[in-house]
Amino acid sequence: MADVVLEVKDLKTYLFLASGVVKAVDGVSFGIERGKTLGIVGESGSGKSMTASSIMRLLPKKIGKVVEGEINFNGKDVLTFNSKELLEFRGKDVVLISQDPMTSLDPVFKVGAQMVEMIRAHQDISVEEAKALSIESLKKVGIPNPESRMNSYPYELSGGMCQRVIIAMAITAQPKLVIADEPTTALDVTVQAQVLNLLKEMQQNLDTSIMLITHNLGIVWEMCDDVMVMYAGKTVEYTSAKELYSEALHPYTWGLLESIPKLSHESKSELTTIPGTPPDLRLTGEACNFHNRCPYAIPICSEKVPELLEIKEGHFVACHRQTKESTLARGEEFGDV
Amino acid sequence: MVKMILQRLIQIIPTLLVVVTITFVLTRLIPGNPAAAVLGPQASVEEIERMEEEMGLNDSLGKQYVDYLKNIVKGDFGKSYSYNIPVMDLITERIPNTLLISLTSLVLAILISIPLGIVSAIKQYSAFDYIAMVLALVGVSMPIFWLGLMLVLVFSVNLGWLPSLGMGSMNNGLWDVVSHMILPVACLATIPTATFTRITRSSMLEVVNNDFIKSLRARGLKERVIIYKHALKNALPPVITVIGLQLAAAFTGAILTETIFSWPGMGTLITGAIENRDYMLVQGAVLITAMAFVFVNLAVDLLYMVINPKVNYESKGGGA
Repeated sequence: MADVVLEVKDLKTYLFLASGVVKAVDGVSFGIERGKTLGIVGESGSGKSMTASSIMRLLPKKIGKVVEGEINFNGKDVLTFNSKELLEFRGKDVVLISQDPMTSLDPVFKVGAQMVEMIRAHQDISVEEAKALSIESLKKVGIPNPESRMNSYPYELSGGMCQRVIIAMAITAQPKLVIADEPTTALDVTVQAQVLNLLKEMQQNLDTSIMLITHNLGIVWEMCDDVMVMYAGKTVEYTSAKELYSEALHPYTWGLLESIPKLSHESKSELTTIPGTPPDLRLTGEACNFHNRCPYAIPICSEKVPELLEIKEGHFVACHRQTKESTLARGEEFGDV
Repeated sequence: MVKMILQRLIQIIPTLLVVVTITFVLTRLIPGNPAAAVLGPQASVEEIERMEEEMGLNDSLGKQYVDYLKNIVKGDFGKSYSYNIPVMDLITERIPNTLLISLTSLVLAILISIPLGIVSAIKQYSAFDYIAMVLALVGVSMPIFWLGLMLVLVFSVNLGWLPSLGMGSMNNGLWDVVSHMILPVACLATIPTATFTRITRSSMLEVVNNDFIKSLRARGLKERVIIYKHALKNALPPVITVIGLQLAAAFTGAILTETIFSWPGMGTLITGAIENRDYMLVQGAVLITAMAFVFVNLAVDLLYMVINPKVNYESKGGGA
């Protein structure tokens, strides 16, 4: 792979709670090339955000720990960064765009002051220059009257506006990687597309890589080059967005695909959901995490953890029913569950 | 903002009127005769009657009340029966004494408690946190008169380091004043320090668990900036509320502390006035105290607006 910005190898992030050890991320590997977008998909609690927090080294103090694995950023291991290197890394090399824009800005400081503060934390320029840079970047994300908006408090802006401000902040940093953790979940549908377009634009202008966390497969087709599907802390399927669109292989991915509402003639039919709930992450490790919700499960599924195997070139799946020797087609049969 | 301040100033008038009325009625309800109290136990009935006439106590209560209000509007708070000088002169003489120890102790409490609260919060459940919280609990629970007496016992009686009574005088040098201040200030600062520490800690804990703190870390800001600039500003409003209450109380004087250390402040003035049935002095002192409360509250509200821009009293029609 050429010019890999971020490479995560066998990452295991556990949460040490009083009630037991939660394997939030359990052996995940992936890479993002320069200027590319990786989508990480999965339902709530599948370990997407914990993966992001591990990369940013922002795990909950004392509770969360990376117990194994490597996170290489431009060839340097993020996990060995000292506090000074971390300050350089965060907000300069990597920018986080989080789910709820209203809670990612400090409510009692003006938008402009926060932008200037972040710029000056990483660049040796004057307040005036930082202000000019902020205004310019607010203009880029389409905020009207950026000069007066600099003096607004976050509560005076709508959710979409806040997310634009955050993207504008990201632009001023000219980061190599943007981690966008469900950046559109809290926004109106009409605003979602605008925000995604801004991210794309930023990517084209700055040649930034994006790690896009979402549970919306529609966004994945739109935005991503590669997709990793996570379930219960593990990667279940990892391939290009195109491949996943045309031929998903993991039963869990099929379930996700079926749960997308469609605006077609069948729209009268009920929305399909995946029955059951994800397993308790304190108790995983002996079986395929999905076996008790999987209509295709066979006895081995409850006895052995499936390995992530390359079934086709560039298409990895972790499923006992999908091997090079025998593949299963979606809807082909229903197991005896 | 200006409009809001004006509104609030106008609202003060009815508040003070209620205070004046209630203190007027309550002082009249205290059993005992001020004329007899002024003249002492040896006074004859005739003398007392003459004194009552002189003090205007024979007028109807209604007339006394209206006269009193009229005089207040003119800025005349009447004359103290027992000291025989204008109430205002007495108060202006005593208030600086009280403020000397109450403000010093307040500043001391703030300087100690806020850093202590912050460190306890960011090191939650550490040994430091536990020790600070136990001390704070002891601090709020300790009866102030007991603490005062213990301080006198240890530092004045046993060790002989510090004077136990009175105020000292600048004529004897700065140390004379300071040495007399140390024990009362320590006594007065204890409870506020403990309260502010606890409030700062709990308010900071609430703030540092907010999502935006994580976002600030993700921006690569220094931890010091995140805690002492962003988190602290968000955590301040409840702290300012309790500091404001304490500041207002600073004008009243601490009755117990001033009594223990014979400090010539507002506290001893008011207790003396009540004992002597000095109606005018009690009324005047209570009115001044009430005004201090009202104005300090106004100042606290204004400070809120500076700290948290979301607080906007004007749009809500102003709150009392």
